[in-house]
Amino acid sequence: MAVTDAGPSRATNTQSAPVVDAEEAGRLALMRRERTLRWALPSAVFLALILLWQGAVTVYEIPHYQLPGPFLVMQTLVEDFGSLAGSWWTTVRITVLALILAIIGGGGLAILFTQSRWIEMSLFPYMVVLQVTPIIAIAPLIFIYIDSHIARVLFIAWIVAFFPVLSNTALGLKSSDHNLRDLMTIYRASRWQRLRFLQLPSSLPYFLGGLRIAGGLALIGAVVAEFTMGSGGQSAGLAFRILESSYRLNVPRMFAALVLVILTGIAIYLVLSWVTWLLLHKWHESALKREG
Amino acid sequence: MADGANLPAADFAAGTPRARAARPVILSLDHVDKVFGTSVVALRDMALEVRQGDFISLLGPSGCGKSTALRLISGLMQPTRGRVRWEDPQARDTLGVVFQEPTLMPWATVAENVWLPLRLRGKSRAQVMPDIAEALAMVGLTGFENAYPRELSGGMKMRVSIARALVTHPRLILMDEPFAALDEITRFKLNNDLLAMREKLDCTVIFVTHSVFESVFLSDRIVIMAARPGRVIRELAVDAPYPRDAAFRTSTEYVAHCRAASEALAEAMQGVAHEG
Repeated sequence: MAVTDAGPSRATNTQSAPVVDAEEAGRLALMRRERTLRWALPSAVFLALILLWQGAVTVYEIPHYQLPGPFLVMQTLVEDFGSLAGSWWTTVRITVLALILAIIGGGGLAILFTQSRWIEMSLFPYMVVLQVTPIIAIAPLIFIYIDSHIARVLFIAWIVAFFPVLSNTALGLKSSDHNLRDLMTIYRASRWQRLRFLQLPSSLPYFLGGLRIAGGLALIGAVVAEFTMGSGGQSAGLAFRILESSYRLNVPRMFAALVLVILTGIAIYLVLSWVTWLLLHKWHESALKREG
Repeated sequence: MADGANLPAADFAAGTPRARAARPVILSLDHVDKVFGTSVVALRDMALEVRQGDFISLLGPSGCGKSTALRLISGLMQPTRGRVRWEDPQARDTLGVVFQEPTLMPWATVAENVWLPLRLRGKSRAQVMPDIAEALAMVGLTGFENAYPRELSGGMKMRVSIARALVTHPRLILMDEPFAALDEITRFKLNNDLLAMREKLDCTVIFVTHSVFESVFLSDRIVIMAARPGRVIRELAVDAPYPRDAAFRTSTEYVAHCRAASEALAEAMQGVAHEG
């Protein structure tokens, strides 16, 4: 097809300034179409689901304390936003703080591990133990041993989030090019120089991969922590609002709070993807667009 | 020895045996053995005296220990027996290395890559800007300072790698099959440029290769090595004067040297076949 098309279209294009043959034009059209479909398709699915949901609620006359329709959820979200916004902020704050702690804790431990095999051998198994222990199971203990509410919630969210940062960064720090490592040896780089000029930059793509997983986990951690720890009085987060609404059978508000949790998760993902792009797009394969 | 340093550069380039003997020794391998594990002999009883201004090729089939010899010299490995003796500590301090792969940091620009050896010595970029510019000019990459390695062709990446080796003003450069992965046209061009650079810098080069033609074109000493166990079979002198240009490649002299090197290499391979 492309071959038979090429003849006439190339002939017509010789008059215009940019020389584009049929194959090139076809590829550009395909790219444009793909870019449109990338947002158009998910939007269509979203719209279809909303309509289906609303349709089912209307047709089967489902009471709103069982399943509210999407428009009632939106309405509740708008009406209750004043009271939900404070809780939203609490959840966002805990998530972001837990993520920051996960970066410091996970990244710091990974660096410590690469500096000393002994430390790594001694501590790594316990990191795995921390990771595989169901956090719900030790929550009651944390409740006993940690007094401050914010510290409890942060601790739980941190435990959930830090491991991917640790394991990915540790892997990245060890994955530097062996010729570059030799070069560092020949140029007599100090331990610190090796870390700063070779290991840290090599581990960046791995670290960012871990960070994107940790971002979602930090939010999950923040919600789980609040479910298990209860609220700390005025600073109740979204998880507590979901529980509270369920006690009062205020199902539309449960959904409204859930929508906020989901939006937060999406926002974290987008921000971290953007940061990844920002740091890697100039040099790393994963962030490069292939030419041709 | 000291008077060797006062010889004019032209005498080094002439490469006559008399001039060579007068030049100071930079480094010598003193009956060096390298054994891996308990029984794999990578290198047996290698003796080599490197004098200032030499262009030495280590030529041989794979497994003959030529790369091992470079790793011993660069200090990445310690010999099992014998020793690597540095007569010129300055040469060790400024040692330049070029690997088979360009080995550039993908996250750093061309200028940052070339800056690395000096940066590791605590030199700020502003301080060594002229050195970086000079090294890049030497390899013909002026204007590419801010490019990233992925934007460059294989030959250009190798040029950056050479610029990084030159930026310390080395007295000795070790090159481990640097052009083996490049196409022939690029390799010829880089060979010509390498000789031109050396004329300007007057430095010593130890060059590992498995190409007879490359070794004859570039070097004034060809050390022919054989495998299993890795060892030196013989040394050939290529007494054609520098500077050598593309015309040298078609001269009868060049062809004669290539034949001699090929025959010596075939002899080395035959020895292996007999042993096996």
